[in-house]
Amino acid sequence: MTRYLLRRLLLTIPSLFGLLVVTFLLIYIVPSDTAAAMAGDAATPEQIARLRHEMGLDQSVLAQFGLYLDRVLHLQFGESAFSHRAVAVDIAQRLPATLELTFFALFLSTALGIPLGVLCAVNHNRWPDFLLRFFSVLGVAVAAFWVAIMLQLLFSMQLGWLPLRGELSDEMLAPPRMTGFLLIDSALAWRWDAFADASRHLVLPAITLALGGLASITRFTRAGVLETLQKDFVLYERAVGYRRSRMIWIYVLRNSVTATLTQIGLLFGSLIAGGVVVEAIFDWPGIGSYTVQAILTGDHQVMLAVTLMIGVVYAGVNLLTDLVHGLVDPRLMETA
Amino acid sequence: MLFLRRFSRDVPAMVGLAIVVLVLLVAVLGPLLAPYPADVSASHLARRLKPPSAAYPFGTDNLGRDVLSRVILGARGALTVSLVVVSLAMTIGIPLGLVAGYRGGWMSEGIMRITDAVLALPQLVLALALAQLMSPSLESAMLALALTYWPFFTRIVYAETRRLKSSLFVDALAGIGAGTARIVFLHVLPNTISPIIVRATIGLGFTILTAAVLGFLGMGAAPPAPDWGLSIAQSRSYLPAAWWYATFPGLAILLTVMGFNLLGDGLRDIVDPRLRRSR
Repeated sequence: MTRYLLRRLLLTIPSLFGLLVVTFLLIYIVPSDTAAAMAGDAATPEQIARLRHEMGLDQSVLAQFGLYLDRVLHLQFGESAFSHRAVAVDIAQRLPATLELTFFALFLSTALGIPLGVLCAVNHNRWPDFLLRFFSVLGVAVAAFWVAIMLQLLFSMQLGWLPLRGELSDEMLAPPRMTGFLLIDSALAWRWDAFADASRHLVLPAITLALGGLASITRFTRAGVLETLQKDFVLYERAVGYRRSRMIWIYVLRNSVTATLTQIGLLFGSLIAGGVVVEAIFDWPGIGSYTVQAILTGDHQVMLAVTLMIGVVYAGVNLLTDLVHGLVDPRLMETA
Repeated sequence: MLFLRRFSRDVPAMVGLAIVVLVLLVAVLGPLLAPYPADVSASHLARRLKPPSAAYPFGTDNLGRDVLSRVILGARGALTVSLVVVSLAMTIGIPLGLVAGYRGGWMSEGIMRITDAVLALPQLVLALALAQLMSPSLESAMLALALTYWPFFTRIVYAETRRLKSSLFVDALAGIGAGTARIVFLHVLPNTISPIIVRATIGLGFTILTAAVLGFLGMGAAPPAPDWGLSIAQSRSYLPAAWWYATFPGLAILLTVMGFNLLGDGLRDIVDPRLRRSR
């Protein structure tokens, strides 16, 4: 176990280093004169040259990479050109909103996707299977930003059932900030009105975000269960006379979820990325809308920090998925 | 022709093929099919924001342009962008995969670590950041998407090349004195072509989707282009009254991407029978 853990941890180092190289190349290769842009239109060539020297832009590639590493390791991402605050502070403040939305979407797609996948497999090539497969094809092919707008159009603008945007209604007093997670903060402050309001705001963005994941979890669970159903032990259990429901939901499912587990891990990363657009449409005050704002205003420091952060989250989630995998299927630890 | 017979029995794949052919036809014949081909740039303020009717089946937009015509004319742009992006990504990704797979050593390690690092980043976020850094335009968007999509091809070609490198026929070729370039380009590359085609088909649909997001965020096509993503972005100011303005371009994206995905899945089942159980 410890050896597996250590090995897996060591494997994370080159991918994190690769991430740093890629983001560095991103700023270095792309032809845009950061110093000239920062100095403004009225700057003289001497001023630009001085700024370039201060930023280390006149040094060799390797030296610049060293400077870059130093800044990243100390979490010095500079100041956002838009909010005029330290980027690291902005991110820390906005992260809980994104995590809240992501976890909720992840929960929705897993809690619905696994049973639906089993349902498909059990009814293999009958109408529930065809229907759900049709929807999962749609779920993968649909543009999330369009779904978001359609949901807003129907449920907020036409029917008026759910709020259009934001995390909390304007007239609702926000609970005191403790964890940053609005639902948890509301509950801790015993503010159930705010809790209900925040939950209502969560519904549409979470559904939009969950759609793609729901489709892929359903697909993977279905494939896993179908494969397990062919195994000898299923035939044996059937012969012994186990109740079908018990057999499927416990023994078959447990042996089929390895592929789904990996998928859930990958999903977490893709939900954070997919949240970028969804947050922007619903004005969700998280990392995603921050990213879009930074991209539209050309706020390079923020773009860099956010890209790095998402990369690190990806690497972390991959690591975690592999570890859970090892726990569920101990054979993996021996071959690794 | 076992291949064709098996493919023609796969109903979803045939539906996908039909959709792709339809979209291709619409893209090629666009100006002939569109009821008002001039509505790419023309504006008719007298008939702005009209709901769907016999004359304008999909309604009109904020400048009085026929939404149906613009959806039809948008197909060409969407397909062009995704074809350019996927071809560019293949041009970068395939040679890198061949080199990394056949050569081995530090060069292979270097290429594959960079590939993995790019794959570990969300394509959309990376493409958005790149497109921004290169100053937003349709060309930047295409380049950014290609620069973030090549690793998918590198991974596939790398794996296939590694497998083929140790196969008997490559040994035999080397034994009778064939040069490395000859082996790699005339014998290894053709054997990797089927997974490449599958990936490219799925990539075409995927790129239409990401390109639409870039267009939606104003990082792609510029007005008055009849770009689907851009149209949806423009429609937001006229909701909820003009529901048709936002709805139909989105349906066009959905249909097109679905076509490529179904076709790609069908092709994959034929190319890689091990994966067939997944459907």
